[in-house]
Amino acid sequence: MIPERDRVALRPEQATIPPGHPWNRIPVIGVVCALLGIVACAILGAANPRQFFFSWLVSFLFFLSLALGALFFVLIQYAAQGGWGIVLRRIGETVFATIPAMAALFLPLLLGLHDLYEWTHAEAVAADPLLRWKAPYLNVPFFLIRAALYFGIWSFIALLYYRGSRGQDVTGDPGVSARLRRLAGPSIIVLALTQTFASVDWIMSLTPHWYSTMFGVYFFAGSFLGFIALLSVVAAAMRQAGLLETVISAEHLHDVGKLLFGFTVFWAYIAFSQFFLVWYANLPEETTWYRARMEGSWLTLSLFLMAGHFVAPFFYLMGRTVKRKGATLAVGGAWLLAMHFVDLYWQVMPTLHPEGVRPSVLDGAALVAIGGCVVAVAGWLLRRQALVPLRDPRLAESLAFENV
Amino acid sequence: MLFDSLRSLMARPPLANQLPTGPNYGILAEFATPADLFHACERVRDAGFTRWDAHTPFPVHGLEGAMGLRRSPLPWIVLGAGLTGAALGFALQWWVHASAYPLVISGKPYFAWPAMIPVTFELGVLFAALGAVFGMLGLNRLPMHHHPLFRSKIFERVTDDAFFISIESWDPRFDPTATGKLLESLGARRVELLESE
Repeated sequence: MIPERDRVALRPEQATIPPGHPWNRIPVIGVVCALLGIVACAILGAANPRQFFFSWLVSFLFFLSLALGALFFVLIQYAAQGGWGIVLRRIGETVFATIPAMAALFLPLLLGLHDLYEWTHAEAVAADPLLRWKAPYLNVPFFLIRAALYFGIWSFIALLYYRGSRGQDVTGDPGVSARLRRLAGPSIIVLALTQTFASVDWIMSLTPHWYSTMFGVYFFAGSFLGFIALLSVVAAAMRQAGLLETVISAEHLHDVGKLLFGFTVFWAYIAFSQFFLVWYANLPEETTWYRARMEGSWLTLSLFLMAGHFVAPFFYLMGRTVKRKGATLAVGGAWLLAMHFVDLYWQVMPTLHPEGVRPSVLDGAALVAIGGCVVAVAGWLLRRQALVPLRDPRLAESLAFENV
Repeated sequence: MLFDSLRSLMARPPLANQLPTGPNYGILAEFATPADLFHACERVRDAGFTRWDAHTPFPVHGLEGAMGLRRSPLPWIVLGAGLTGAALGFALQWWVHASAYPLVISGKPYFAWPAMIPVTFELGVLFAALGAVFGMLGLNRLPMHHHPLFRSKIFERVTDDAFFISIESWDPRFDPTATGKLLESLGARRVELLESE
């Protein structure tokens, strides 16, 4: 007789990457991409360091926001005691386990603070009463302390949940789930605060005169939507690659699709609300940011974001059949991932190129470099672990999940 | 008053016209468990019946599949209603602000479309919600104050602990004796022939 705690709904070999499977090569592919990207960044960046730092910032924010979105996804599953998503949780855990690596990828930006942020220039601050007034917050030492704090807190929460869940695979201790559930509420509050301040520090302070009290939510909306988009792509790709074919069902894809659809609307709601209040009040210190994005080719990109980040996916993801098929859902997810990148590009780049959209090879090089590092770490973790939390007490419930 | 006017809005033929004309309304069969009902539904579906229904005290998972029901057209009604509401909301504001009564408000152009988005959105949501509620009522032919099934004594337990299949006599495959036998063979606890009005 098998004791209750040692019973598993899934055998480990049903939920691991088998030897010889193409997915075993992901870390190598990631490392190759990372090396190529870093070499390209080094060669091209030496000639144009400002462009390099801005490109690096966009790609860094892209992958960091996905990891933070993953952390939020797993935390709400614990806090709400969600059953349906257990089979998808390990994907989220793997994505947020890259946060400590993201801290290392943040370091190059420290060399370019002067290129990125106007408020680091003493003479600019001295000549500008508004910047002088903001100096107690916007100064380099405090900026560095805050960045260290963010990464410390995020890494702590990420490793706490990652290790807890991996440990449960071995021990089968249901107490782990209970403990992580109790910690989920406070963790969500801490995550929301740190993520808000990080978005203010790293994106909003690019235009130091400007402020928007909605900016933190805007960054959150993009990061969570971005992760759900990534989740839909990875889940569909896993099934396509013959991994978890019997585990992740059309029912799970359907729910991921509903989240993707819902948060497409949420992103648009927040993005529009932020714009709307600024546009209506028409106060000079608030309008500068949008003004830069409503002229020339930046206006074209703004309109493209409206259509591509909201209207098109809104109608595409509305139907039921689209959400229940891996291929069609992944198309929507991949598109929204691309739009999330464009959204961040649109937030960051007008500071560097106020004259108009100027795509650069360095944008691609930074994306490949950081993406390669992140994919290598995540792929390496995927090889070492089960692809689902094998002994979570709610795994059986998740396996049997059906939409009503 | 409100309900009376709404009902007349949703004008449709009186119930008598929808009921079978023969001496029997149909056959009612009672099952003891959701599982019995589920399997019986699969067999009734496979036997090719089309004018029939299942009645349970609570939602039974997957029953719509066992009954072979097609997907409801409700989502299309909701989409149509939502788009209508959004279009109406936008058109109303455009007509008022840009055409009928142009006023300069806080230095914005007459046709200041961002200002019109909140109302457009809200009316879209409102119409979609109303479309969902009234579309659902309409597709279910509700409100309906009487139904021949209510004259059955055993049917009272449908809100308590019993599970029913009713097959109506206007189904092409209906036969008072053979259909009753079929339902008995599927594990029905009781089978009852219901008279027409």
